Amino acid sequence: MTAPSDLTSARRPGRASGDERASRRTLRGRPLLYTRYVDELALFTTRTKRVWTIGFLVVMVVLPFALERDRVSLLATVAVFAIGGIGLNILTGFAGQVSLGHAFFLGLGAYTAAVLGGEARGDVIGLGLDMAIWLPLAGLVPALVGLVVAPLAARVRGLYLAILTLGLVFIGEHIFKEADSITGGAGVGRPPADPVLFGVDLFTNREILGVRVDRFTILYLTCLAILVVLAVAARNLARSRFGRAFAAVRDRDVAAEVMGVNLLRTKTLAFVVSSFYAGIAGALYSIIIGRITPENWNLFLSIDFLAVVFIGGLATISGSIMGAAFVVLLPEVVKWLSTYLPLVSDLSGGGGLFNVFQLQTILFGVLIVVFLVLEPRGLYGLWIRVRNYFKAWPFSY
Amino acid sequence: METFLVAVIQGVALGSVYALLGVGFVIIYRATEVINFAQPALMILGAYAASAFATRVGLPFWLAVLLAMLVLAVIGMLTERIALRPMVGRPSFSAATVTVGVFIVLLIVAFRLIGATILTVGDPWGLTRMEVLGVTVFALDIAKIVVSLTAIAAVGLFLTRSRVGLAMRATALDQETALAQGVDVGRMFGISWAIAAAMAALAGVLISSGATGVDATIALLALKALPVIILGGLDSIKGSVIAGLIIGVAESLTKAYQPQYAPWLGANFDLVVPYLIMIVVLMVRPYGLFGTKEVIRV
Repeated sequence: MTAPSDLTSARRPGRASGDERASRRTLRGRPLLYTRYVDELALFTTRTKRVWTIGFLVVMVVLPFALERDRVSLLATVAVFAIGGIGLNILTGFAGQVSLGHAFFLGLGAYTAAVLGGEARGDVIGLGLDMAIWLPLAGLVPALVGLVVAPLAARVRGLYLAILTLGLVFIGEHIFKEADSITGGAGVGRPPADPVLFGVDLFTNREILGVRVDRFTILYLTCLAILVVLAVAARNLARSRFGRAFAAVRDRDVAAEVMGVNLLRTKTLAFVVSSFYAGIAGALYSIIIGRITPENWNLFLSIDFLAVVFIGGLATISGSIMGAAFVVLLPEVVKWLSTYLPLVSDLSGGGGLFNVFQLQTILFGVLIVVFLVLEPRGLYGLWIRVRNYFKAWPFSY
Repeated sequence: METFLVAVIQGVALGSVYALLGVGFVIIYRATEVINFAQPALMILGAYAASAFATRVGLPFWLAVLLAMLVLAVIGMLTERIALRPMVGRPSFSAATVTVGVFIVLLIVAFRLIGATILTVGDPWGLTRMEVLGVTVFALDIAKIVVSLTAIAAVGLFLTRSRVGLAMRATALDQETALAQGVDVGRMFGISWAIAAAMAALAGVLISSGATGVDATIALLALKALPVIILGGLDSIKGSVIAGLIIGVAESLTKAYQPQYAPWLGANFDLVVPYLIMIVVLMVRPYGLFGTKEVIRV
């Protein structure tokens, strides 16, 4: 990923056509042979990658029509966790700043959206604005708060930072509980923003081109579209000048500073972008779960996102998406499996070794440990291993 | 004046338990450069073990506490051997994330063991009160101060006077050099975890004595030891004792006076005070009050 001389051309506009040419110039069967820096920095380095990405996307668009309603809602959660995960990965994976405060920024985004896009009901305020207004602002307000916090966070390193951001979660939870008029107060909560985009309610069943589309499907497709936009944006950020600055700061901050990377500015940028993603994810998540209480945005949500990043793989966008799918779908798989397992009772009854919820959480913890110990590159690393096995097939050993 | 004195004594009591937890964090951090996020879960398990020994088996309280500390020391050692030893040489935040996973697992185990009932640890203090400095306080608060500070002093003596303690300090200073001098560094890691887990168990017993009872939600209380070690500096035992007392007293004073003088800060504001103090201090001193400033080279 070093590209000193040809950087200028990599930044030139009209990159789409450049990609087209680049992929043709890559030799068939030699996907790692780059003859130009532009090729190495391309969005999709090989044609195979592009074809598979587009194919995967098509499957993800068609999939909800073949699934039941609660499964579709689960898919939407995956998309939202992927958005938040990508945000945390920019900060933790790319820029190397460990944050336990992600839940705070998600909450901030959710409440910004709820105040701007929700209805005023009872004691809570709500302006009932359009999604075109509240969605960007749900990202921008947390980003602004990130901008305020960043200079402080940039002063401390490593584990000091992790605990500093842990403090953010607790202080944030306290503020959320106290700001009754915004959040509805502790234990009570409030309804989230209404997803009405340009006057069209995205959360009602509709008939589009003669096909009956469930409201959960519409919501899921919206989340997916936002995910695609933000994922491509993150990928582009990662291969830009700033992305390389992030990597330099992560790998050795002193060396990066010596090379002329402005540490404060780079870390601040990472914080701001990460908070923006978290805010968007929080706003969408609040719509999916339906009613939000201040207790939603606690330390365990932060740990969930940390798991998305670490299980998915540090510093990869596709890894974050895989990690999100893993973290969201694992409990469902466990629930399904537990009917076949002895010693596991369902939630209602006692007895058994553990109930389903306990088993889900324990497995979650165990998997964090197992992945970090055995495959630090996460699911992405597993994928690379599988790919390399077949690359060398039949001589793989 | 009486409110003030009572608040201060309660604060010191709370602070010494924080210090006890904090010293556990510091010992592990010095040995392995890992913050052990599993400490709160170890604390609850310790409280549960003591409760089981004291109330179900029927052992005398102090024997039950000692046994619980022993059991937890073994659990701590095993955790280190299984989950943390393979992480040696990896970035410290990866290792810290491993302990987050361990935390989740142990916390659920504790939930499962404790169940819906609130257990007592069978402590001798209960709700008895006594006179100190002219004010009436709970005997439990005095017990917290005495027991915590005694335990910390014992660990301090162990580290400075014993042969193993010397080896542990050598490991903390420089692992390779310690290895070259014949110190079994891996064993020192295990011992550090054992000591920290035993201290967590003791802290758990102290927190859940009196009217509180063994309840898995006290895990969040143990997390407040994190601002304590940050305030004191991650690698300073002295720092964590002083910071523990500062934060304990500040929290207790806030609890006593804030509802009266600053009600607009909201209910339970005292619970966030430790984090606020930590953030303010980090702005001025990024390595806490007594932490060693990291010397880094390119």
